[in-house]
Amino acid sequence: MLRKVLYIDLSKGESWIVERQDLFEEWMGGTGVGIRLLQEECPTGTDPLSPQSPIIFSIGPLNGIFPVATKTVATFKSPLTGELGESYAGGRLSLALRFAGHEAVVIRGKAERPVYISINNGDVKIKDATSIWGIDAQTTGVILRDRETGVGRRSIIRIGPAGENLVRYACVVVDTYRHFGRLGLGAVFGSKRLKALVISGTETVEVPDPKRYREVYNRLYATTVKTDVMEKYHDIGTSVNINVLNWLKGLPTKNFQLSAFAEAEKISGEMFAEMYLIRRFSCAGCPIGCVHIAALKSAYSTHHEFEVRKVSYDYEPIYSLGSNLGIESAEGILQLIDVCERTGLDVMSAGVVLSWATEALDKGLITPADTLNVSLKWNDVDGYTKALENIAKSSNEFYSALARGADYAAAKYGGIEFAMTLGKNEVSGYHTGPASIVGQLVGVRHSHLDNAGYSIDQKAAKKPMDAEAMVNEIIKEDNSRGVFNSLVGCLFARGVYTEDNIIDALGAVGITKSKDDLQDLGKRIFDEKYKFKVQEGFDLTHAHIPRRFYETVSTLGTVTPETVDEMLRLYRKKRGWS
Amino acid sequence: MQESQVAGVADLEPDKKSEVAKAEVTNSQKPKLRRRLKVAHPERCIGCLGCMFACSRIRTGTVSLQNSAIKVLTQGGIEGDYRVVVCRGCDDPPCARACPTGAMEKRPNGSVVFHKDRCIGCGSCEKACLVGAISFGKEKKPIKCIHCGACVDFCPHDVLTMEEIPAEGG
Repeated sequence: MLRKVLYIDLSKGESWIVERQDLFEEWMGGTGVGIRLLQEECPTGTDPLSPQSPIIFSIGPLNGIFPVATKTVATFKSPLTGELGESYAGGRLSLALRFAGHEAVVIRGKAERPVYISINNGDVKIKDATSIWGIDAQTTGVILRDRETGVGRRSIIRIGPAGENLVRYACVVVDTYRHFGRLGLGAVFGSKRLKALVISGTETVEVPDPKRYREVYNRLYATTVKTDVMEKYHDIGTSVNINVLNWLKGLPTKNFQLSAFAEAEKISGEMFAEMYLIRRFSCAGCPIGCVHIAALKSAYSTHHEFEVRKVSYDYEPIYSLGSNLGIESAEGILQLIDVCERTGLDVMSAGVVLSWATEALDKGLITPADTLNVSLKWNDVDGYTKALENIAKSSNEFYSALARGADYAAAKYGGIEFAMTLGKNEVSGYHTGPASIVGQLVGVRHSHLDNAGYSIDQKAAKKPMDAEAMVNEIIKEDNSRGVFNSLVGCLFARGVYTEDNIIDALGAVGITKSKDDLQDLGKRIFDEKYKFKVQEGFDLTHAHIPRRFYETVSTLGTVTPETVDEMLRLYRKKRGWS
Repeated sequence: MQESQVAGVADLEPDKKSEVAKAEVTNSQKPKLRRRLKVAHPERCIGCLGCMFACSRIRTGTVSLQNSAIKVLTQGGIEGDYRVVVCRGCDDPPCARACPTGAMEKRPNGSVVFHKDRCIGCGSCEKACLVGAISFGKEKKPIKCIHCGACVDFCPHDVLTMEEIPAEGG
């Protein structure tokens, strides 16, 4: 397997390829290689929106080769948190990179005028994108599709106006329905005047022993489709959790004022599936098909004339733009998701920023003059629609502040105790207990998926766990996910990829690893990431936890600051930091 | 016919060769029928490309989309519908008629076999197939479905199925 890094310098308009066998051998691929390239490319104190700030995409040894190894990781310096930026997307990107022959892509510099990059195998072209600057993310895909080759095997990733306008949580849309959602990669694109990448390739991968490859493939495939390991994602999808979390009193509602939503049934995964789901599709190489697409049909006249939009949905947007904003209808949520898709905003951050703003307006911290008379009230879909569009445009000083995240806006206007962020990243949809809070706070990218604290809380709801047991679980997940994210697998398939299966799959592509090797790799990757975080100013001992977390009852009852402090103390001790 | 002349089969691992051979034996035991791959439910396709990977993996031992004889295409991007392109195993195959060298040969039972050694890479067969089921690989030789059915097991939604049809002259 060729292990190449493609470098693209937008300032110079040049690209070149470097074989980095050692880098991949030592750090596997994916996030392991990503963090090392970030360290090479991004000196201490780099402005994340400056030409010196790099964008790094990397895949790993299993992408395109084994089932459900479908993700690509983007590594960058986050303009939202000012430290480690790391985000994952599915779609067809990892496959396109594999067959184009690049396991990593590093983008440097800043173009003179708007451009997009076309990568077709080893052929890399930087092309003028002036005529599509300002166009929404969906239409950008439609236009580039007609301009570029590789139908059926390419990936088109692009930003919308929010990224162009440097909204600090702008996303990059991947193949229409997937995203590099979190931590503002879209703004880094915008700062480089980079509108899109189109990637396709026709390479073939030779495996050392085709027979062994087929055996391992068949086994993993069978586990994926014939067991219940992934059934949840296959059927109703992630949104099945709306009802579950609601029953558990863990569904953040109205900016975490409540942990259960009286109208949850109306926005449940079951409701979406029954009434709006029209199809499902999958990332290339995954037989599950977890991407759920709803039809949003709305009349625009009284003469039976309709607009029909196809919108993808999942648990997190239903929380952030739904229960969290008191939205009582599936249509309302789909409309808000659609606005985020077009403008190119991260749905999770956008929802949490709006829920802070709603409370801030209610409490008089901001005025209708600030909001340009846009009504910010729970369940006001039209008001929220206008507000999202204003954020994407940074229409005035207030919306510019919202465009920098809830933490920034609260520092400016007040309300820091109900600006629901951890590590400056707007939080995900779980108020399950202390492990969720601690997990997101200590996590390398302050994401619920760093270590799945929400899942540890839910385990503890069935069988009580003490603080130490929870911390042990968090550390275990922190490390093992670093390995899985180096392959790069979809976290929904983590049940398929046991340690033994990972070793077998790697063996089939000619990479020999032991359990000890993998555990060591996980720890090393975590350590390198924390080195970068600390270098850029992240300080776990001074991290702010909004008081709202302690005021609203969670799945595990009221969480106390003492419990969280104790867990953080244990965490630092076990990491050897105290 | 020598097995090694059949497209793709030469590259197969021994165990898969016997599977392909088995399909042929089955044919000879039931002379009145031949097996043909069919796109039974195209609207159920989720675009996982599992069939394409299966085709390359099992037929050629590689990881590749290019080496696949079956193609899943998008129309209007991911938000459009998928199009699943497979060889229809025509009763009166235009690919065989178009071939100037007999490399695409219609066999007595109606199926078409590709003889790589006779192929001059002219592309006539590709042009003759309106469906677009024949593509040219890196070697500038056609990649054609051999109706072995390997892809069917890797379709999670029964888009693909094998059917048995009356063999010509059977």
